[in-house]
Amino acid sequence: MLVLAQLAGLFALLSMLAIGGGAGIIPEMQRAVVDVHHWMTGPQFLAIFALSRAAPGPGSLIAMLVGQQAAGLPGALVAAVAMFGPSSLLAYLAARFWLRGAAGEGWRGRVQRALAPVAVGLTLAAGIALMRGTEHGLIAWGFSALAAAVLTLTELNPGVMALAGAAVFLAAALLR
Amino acid sequence: MSARPSLPALYRAFLAVGTFSVGGGLAAWIRREIATKRGWIDDSQFLTAYALCQLVPGATNVNLAVFLGTELRGGPGGLAALAGLMTVPVGLFLALGTLYFALDGSPAGRIVAIALAGMGASAVGMMISIGLRLGRRNVRHATGIAVAALTAFLVGWERINLILALALLIPFSLALHWRAK
Repeated sequence: MLVLAQLAGLFALLSMLAIGGGAGIIPEMQRAVVDVHHWMTGPQFLAIFALSRAAPGPGSLIAMLVGQQAAGLPGALVAAVAMFGPSSLLAYLAARFWLRGAAGEGWRGRVQRALAPVAVGLTLAAGIALMRGTEHGLIAWGFSALAAAVLTLTELNPGVMALAGAAVFLAAALLR
Repeated sequence: MSARPSLPALYRAFLAVGTFSVGGGLAAWIRREIATKRGWIDDSQFLTAYALCQLVPGATNVNLAVFLGTELRGGPGGLAALAGLMTVPVGLFLALGTLYFALDGSPAGRIVAIALAGMGASAVGMMISIGLRLGRRNVRHATGIAVAALTAFLVGWERINLILALALLIPFSLALHWRAK
């Protein structure tokens, strides 16, 4: 029971701190999961992080993997509900608030034009921050740059690119 | 905005997002399914929803599903989108997590970790490409480009505190864009 309460508290708090996307709370999550609660080791956390990035669906489902490792299926459930429940309610309220603002079309248009460049900048920022991460080696830099170019200039399915990434890394590991 | 989608159609669209978004970059998949393929919203509406959802606490992509579902079909639409997005990944994450911890420390586990790193590198590139594509279509004037570049630099390169960055950049962008037509 104590572990479930800890999971609920941790992920409800982290979720409320995640303004501007989930990637920003990863260091704090790692500290709590590895150093404070000892639910898993550092390398294990890094691996489930990579898994949460590669698997389809929201990367923030990493919360569920932490819960699963800490307290089995009930832990996974509690972590997911704490991570997504309150924030989903807020997103719903934000959508209602935004729709009600439809009265002033000019006002909405201007907010839209002002937010678009910030959103574009934040998207680029997420990529840049991940590339600058210490675990991003030379091959990773090269492949990330290649993927960015190919996916910008062609209509290639991103899933194909992800599989190519796995193949390239495995080949590089074999040659080393 | 074209015809409102039915709730099952909304569920299926986000089911596709949740199933096929291998390698991350979920926002791009949502844009692909909801705006590009089905035309339920246009790019400008997508970008606004995306930016607003960054401001709402929580996982941006999940917020985006709830937000767009609510925008298209009210509260039930938000629930349908959320359910669609989560159906496949929840089961898959639990299965993959179980498998990973079972393999951990074995040679097979090492191979899996390397493959995951390669997929991660691709996901990083995809993130950059989403930004470039969205920027190419929606940020054309010099003011917008400057704001986007400044945002990318401060948050991505300098990694200044995100809440602080947004508290500075959004009013700044609003002020710059308020008088422009």
